[in-house]
Amino acid sequence: MNEIKENKSEELSEDMKILDDVTSSEYKWGFVTDIDSETVPKGLNEDVIKLISKKKDEPDWMTEWRLKAFRYWQKMEEPTWPNVKYPQIDFQDISYYSAPKQKPKLESLDEVDPELLKTFEKLGIPLDEQKILSGVAVDAVFDSVSVATTFKETLKEKGIIFCPISEAIKDYPELIKKYLGSVVPYTDNFYASLNSAVFTDGSFVFIPKGVRCPMELSTYFRINSQETGQFERTLIVAEEGAYVSYLEGCTAPIRDNNQLHAAVVELAALDDAEIKYSTVQNWYPGDKDGKGGIYNFVTKRGACRGKNSKISWTQVETGSAITWKYPSCILQGDNSVGEFYSVAVTNNMQQADTGTKMIHIGKNTRSTIVSKGISAGKSNNSYRGLVRIGKNAEDARNYTQCDSMLIGDKSGANTFPYIEVENPTAKVEHEATTSKVGEDQIFYLNQRGISTEDAVNMIVNGFCKEVFNELPMEFAVEAQKLLAISLEGSVG
Amino acid sequence: MLAIKNLHANVEGKEILKGINLLIKTGEVHAIMGPNGSGKSTLANVLAGNSSYEVTEGEVFFDGKNILEMNPETRAREGMFLAFQYPIEIAGISNATFLKTALNEIRKYKGESELTPKEFLERIKEKAKILGLDETLISRYVNVGFSGGEKKRNEIFQMLMLEPKFVLLDETDSGLDIDALKIVSSGVNIYRNKDNAVLVVTHYQRLLNYIQPDFVHVLFNGKIIKTGGKELALALEDKGYDWVKDEALETQNV
Repeated sequence: MNEIKENKSEELSEDMKILDDVTSSEYKWGFVTDIDSETVPKGLNEDVIKLISKKKDEPDWMTEWRLKAFRYWQKMEEPTWPNVKYPQIDFQDISYYSAPKQKPKLESLDEVDPELLKTFEKLGIPLDEQKILSGVAVDAVFDSVSVATTFKETLKEKGIIFCPISEAIKDYPELIKKYLGSVVPYTDNFYASLNSAVFTDGSFVFIPKGVRCPMELSTYFRINSQETGQFERTLIVAEEGAYVSYLEGCTAPIRDNNQLHAAVVELAALDDAEIKYSTVQNWYPGDKDGKGGIYNFVTKRGACRGKNSKISWTQVETGSAITWKYPSCILQGDNSVGEFYSVAVTNNMQQADTGTKMIHIGKNTRSTIVSKGISAGKSNNSYRGLVRIGKNAEDARNYTQCDSMLIGDKSGANTFPYIEVENPTAKVEHEATTSKVGEDQIFYLNQRGISTEDAVNMIVNGFCKEVFNELPMEFAVEAQKLLAISLEGSVG
Repeated sequence: MLAIKNLHANVEGKEILKGINLLIKTGEVHAIMGPNGSGKSTLANVLAGNSSYEVTEGEVFFDGKNILEMNPETRAREGMFLAFQYPIEIAGISNATFLKTALNEIRKYKGESELTPKEFLERIKEKAKILGLDETLISRYVNVGFSGGEKKRNEIFQMLMLEPKFVLLDETDSGLDIDALKIVSSGVNIYRNKDNAVLVVTHYQRLLNYIQPDFVHVLFNGKIIKTGGKELALALEDKGYDWVKDEALETQNV
């Protein structure tokens, strides 16, 4: 009893620190790094794709794959069904490749441009060996290029591969050929096809049979260049009985124009494997009037290929002008488990249309969806989720809980649940609530000496508790801070 | 400690308080009694700074400071505590987190250092024991799933934890059985001393058997129409409110 409470108190002081940290409402990550970079001219055609492929020193099969995707993409229409509004994107007005100029091959961190390292330090991700203490291995992607991967050697001893995907294409072509596009094919959707054609970097993780990855793996994405799109590609494969927990974080400088971020993440879990994927997304959301900000159009999908496999998505989405993503699980293996825990916050003019898809194919498959949407300012927040129980998915189970919280009276929340059941033994539960941060709650906390700003943070954090509990400790703290910052000034 | 001068207040445009005058000195316990709709809860909420209530006239001095110019959190940090008639639920936040945040805000305001987790824990244990609180209550979310009695006890627990100078009890006795009433009262009695003050707002005399007031005021139609000692509460219990009203009407006090 005592011990539990002691821990509780530790947690409290953490809470306190978070509240103290809330001092400025500005986007703190909006600085620009003054670094020499090499950017290809704007526009997209086969020559640009060949150029990217050449810059990456890619084998022919990769170039061909990109071109196939590009040709397919040219015939596709941009989707219009999401509940978001934005001006038409001119895909010829984007530069598809930007890289910090550096020596062709880095042997150690000492060779990385110090400006770049400083940037990552500012972002709170020192890449040096101090990370040993927190047990996190980091891959940092700056604009389009992966600049450093820490702990590669330590991981190698266990047979774990954690490297930029551009390296993996050269060093592990068989694995890449086998898995790239196997979960999200290049024909999948407009933005996934575009990504397949132009992706520049991202991370590759491979956990061999029976290995539990001993540390959290983490990728940090940063857009620096102006008028550059970021198209990263992440591929994670967990072989039989393997386990990995992967964290992803992102920020961008303040820019007046909108920038496109169209990533693809593919996860594959074989028999008895487990992949836990956590995201704290904090791309620049645009200013109060909706000027600037990132368009975050992302395809994330995991395949539970093997029996008893498990894929768990946890996301905290506070940034981006527009968020449009549905991390999904395809539950192929019998007894496989899919989870989706999400907090999506929108403030000012932000728009989010996010949710998940749980596709039950195997027998006795189970999925859990917990979605917490918070809308403040004039923002609009939609949950969109599909639960499909296929005809062979005997005894499949889904539980969906979908809660919305409104702050102020100018924000909106929508829920679009789609449920398709083709097997009569399925059990699908859906619960949804909408609440407002009540004046009575705020007054109650005020009366105990807590300011309105802190009161709102407390109420919102309480609302998101179930999701934060799913995040690794370090990330949970960051997520709470982000939440506080993005909601600043929303009540008053 | 608290001086209320000619206080008028509206709720949704309707005048509820029509000129309250009240002086509470350090070390005193005052009770405000009155029939439903007389303005008792309005008075408690106005003093605590609830923005749903609009003060149209008058002044309130707390330790010499005009509190009507302060927001509710500043009043709380100055040492004013309202035990709510209907305590509010906050999902996902434990009682302990809530109390630690509140306590440290108040301490920071006073220029005191934060309690260490150990000191905080010790204080929690000590105060919980006084009220016979189940310790699991402390790690549960604020008032979520609490019974009526547990909620009221939790209010008194918070009072003991935060050590305010001035306590407003808004119908704390409502919905309590006799055992809970005794526990809540004993909490207040342990708290009260020569350096603080209490204002009990209640409909029934029953609570005043356990928390003995120095002064009893009868509130009717937004005004205090009679003031007496604790015997006044007994007379009200006995004879109801009508005789006080009649008496006041005769002297044109209403």
